[in-house]
Amino acid sequence: MVNFKPTDEQQLIRETMAGFAREVLRPAAREADEKNEVPEAVVQRGWELGLVQSGIPESLGGYGDARSAVSGALILEELAYGDLALALHLLTPRLLTLPLLMIGTEAQQKRWLPRFAGAEFVAGTAAFAEPRWDFDPTALATRAERKGGDWVLTGQKCLVPLAADAEAILVYATAPDGLAAFVVERGAAGLTVGERERNMGIKALATYPVTLDGVRLPADARLGGESANLQPLIDASRVAVAALAVGVGHAAFDYARDYAKERRAFGMAIAQKQAIAFKLADMAIEIDAMRLLVWEAAWKIDSGETATREAVLVKQYASQSALSIADNAVQVLGGHGYIREHPVELWLRNARGFTTFDGVAIV
Amino acid sequence: MIDFQLSDSVQTMQKMVHAVAEQAMRPIAREYDEREHEKPWDFLNMMWQVSNGNPIGGGTERRKDAPSERNLGMCVSIEELSWGDAGLYLSIPNSGLGGAAVAAAGTPEQKERFLSRFSGGKPKWAAMAITEPACGSDSSAIQTTAVRDGDHWVINGTKIFCTSGLMAAEKSEGFVVVWATVDRSAGRAGIKAFVVDSGTPGMYVTKVENKLGIRASDTATLVFEDCRVPLDNILGSPEVPKTSEGFKGVMATFDATRPIVAASAIGVGRAALDFVRETLKEHGVEIRYGLPAHKLTALERDFMEMEVQLQAARLLTWRAAWMMDQGMRNNLEASMAKAKAGLVVTHITQKAVELLGPLGYSRQLLLEKWMRDAKINDIFEGTQQINQLIVARRILGYSSKELS
Repeated sequence: MVNFKPTDEQQLIRETMAGFAREVLRPAAREADEKNEVPEAVVQRGWELGLVQSGIPESLGGYGDARSAVSGALILEELAYGDLALALHLLTPRLLTLPLLMIGTEAQQKRWLPRFAGAEFVAGTAAFAEPRWDFDPTALATRAERKGGDWVLTGQKCLVPLAADAEAILVYATAPDGLAAFVVERGAAGLTVGERERNMGIKALATYPVTLDGVRLPADARLGGESANLQPLIDASRVAVAALAVGVGHAAFDYARDYAKERRAFGMAIAQKQAIAFKLADMAIEIDAMRLLVWEAAWKIDSGETATREAVLVKQYASQSALSIADNAVQVLGGHGYIREHPVELWLRNARGFTTFDGVAIV
Repeated sequence: MIDFQLSDSVQTMQKMVHAVAEQAMRPIAREYDEREHEKPWDFLNMMWQVSNGNPIGGGTERRKDAPSERNLGMCVSIEELSWGDAGLYLSIPNSGLGGAAVAAAGTPEQKERFLSRFSGGKPKWAAMAITEPACGSDSSAIQTTAVRDGDHWVINGTKIFCTSGLMAAEKSEGFVVVWATVDRSAGRAGIKAFVVDSGTPGMYVTKVENKLGIRASDTATLVFEDCRVPLDNILGSPEVPKTSEGFKGVMATFDATRPIVAASAIGVGRAALDFVRETLKEHGVEIRYGLPAHKLTALERDFMEMEVQLQAARLLTWRAAWMMDQGMRNNLEASMAKAKAGLVVTHITQKAVELLGPLGYSRQLLLEKWMRDAKINDIFEGTQQINQLIVARRILGYSSKELS
């Protein structure tokens, strides 16, 4: 039966995340962007939220919470409302732990998950995107080939968050039987983490290019074993990216609305002018529209159904909407929107990223 | 818990209504678009008998142990009917907008007196008359007057764009709910709604409009010349309050009807989208999901955009209806749904015409008709801009004085 109300438990988690986003992430956002770094205190406090540990089974040291795409979407929206780059830093280990939880073999889970269930932040990550204009998430140029009983990975990756510090990188590649992922341990022969990238937005998040030059891995490094189906990972990731986009859009809207009510021109608040008021109304409608689409796709995933189509559509919709909302927020602030004293320019730069990340990117 | 699964009873109804849309509406859709002002009496009589005068989908009894799904069910059904044909859907005999006003603002005695007739006998319609030649969106500026004279109200004025006005005022034993001012100096507070029974002397249909679309539905001009109605035909209190609370009450009718208009819009949009998908499929073109921009065709991108926009509108609509079912105030959400659906469906149907080239433009198919039909949803029951205005006021916390 149709219902638009999160459970009481989800509501509680949502409020916790919203509080953290407002009190910890937002105040640190500007400086983190300017300095290109995430403050240690934010990392530690973020770790204490249990974003990574919660899904890990109790037997492996985690909290053993049931995984829910809907709950995940609610959490991600709130965190991104605070700051996208900081949120992504905190979420990056999940690029490794979630696939292990969803698809990993028991041996893989036992080997890797316990080290992400400790008292302090541990980096793990994934490498999906490739530095080419014709990047195609359905046909990765990175190759995985059989050599004897081993796998050999060759290719170039980019936008790999926290690669320099990661315990392990989940590398996505095209195997003879299609899309596959491999857990590559830090320091593996042939694995090179390049110099930190410089991007337009999400600057506080350290991302790196990664080169795989014949990285040789044992057969059991393949995520989920032979012929594992990775589509559910990609679907879940797209919905997650969309949920983050809702958060950025919501942040930009709130700021622009408050500004428009304060700022006066022609003897009244600019929000009293239809040119501004209607823009804000459209922004509000779009935020609700994208949020509901995210919830629906997440609900479908939780129902155990294939949600590829929904995930593709909501990711496309939300990334475009977030961008347009952030752009409109800058516009509402006019010249003030363009200067770095206000956060809207930051959100515009960050939102632009959503259209770039695809496949299992960033989350 | 967040859930998007329609209940079994709503799904059953959806299937039934879809069968009606497919078998009884689609086959005559083109005919009654071309033969504007003629009525598909076989269809209307059939619908009257099937629905027993209830608004389609709204007849589900509320079980005591189950939450209501009345409004959501209605939206689902109306999407199906409008998928069949929006003009025919609008012409279905029932208590309609006029009945909604009586249900919202009438006393128990008035509800009995005016609504009981919508069961059995011959088909009946109830219409709502608000818009005037000199005022549309600004419904607080209406000029039609109601003056008390002994035990009657005497109504004078002209109303236009009255959906099913002809059927309600002259062609059935229905009624028209007329908005008029009892005290022009009181502004909004002086505006009241009056029930005028069909055939009341002094109420005339002077014109039935020729329209871009929804041609199967009549849109009438009603003239009231010293039209006398009994005192107790006023909906709500005859007192003129100091505040405009009463007017707000009348406007609240729209919170219930806007999700329905949105649902109807979505039905038209879905008809167009389904047609494009099926046509492409017949010719071996499948939409591929998950490819990067440089590998997608322009057609695929357009189609996906249409699909997701329609779904966004549908979810906003369901939410607004669900809120009503929960007894929550949905003024903001109803306007959001209406604004989004009206715009999206206007765009989707225009894009569908474009995508299928000469097939889209041909009157031998229905795409061009759906495009014409869709546009009304961006206009009636509050234009796109009026709904933006309502959303803006709500999100900014402004009164109508602060943001006009």
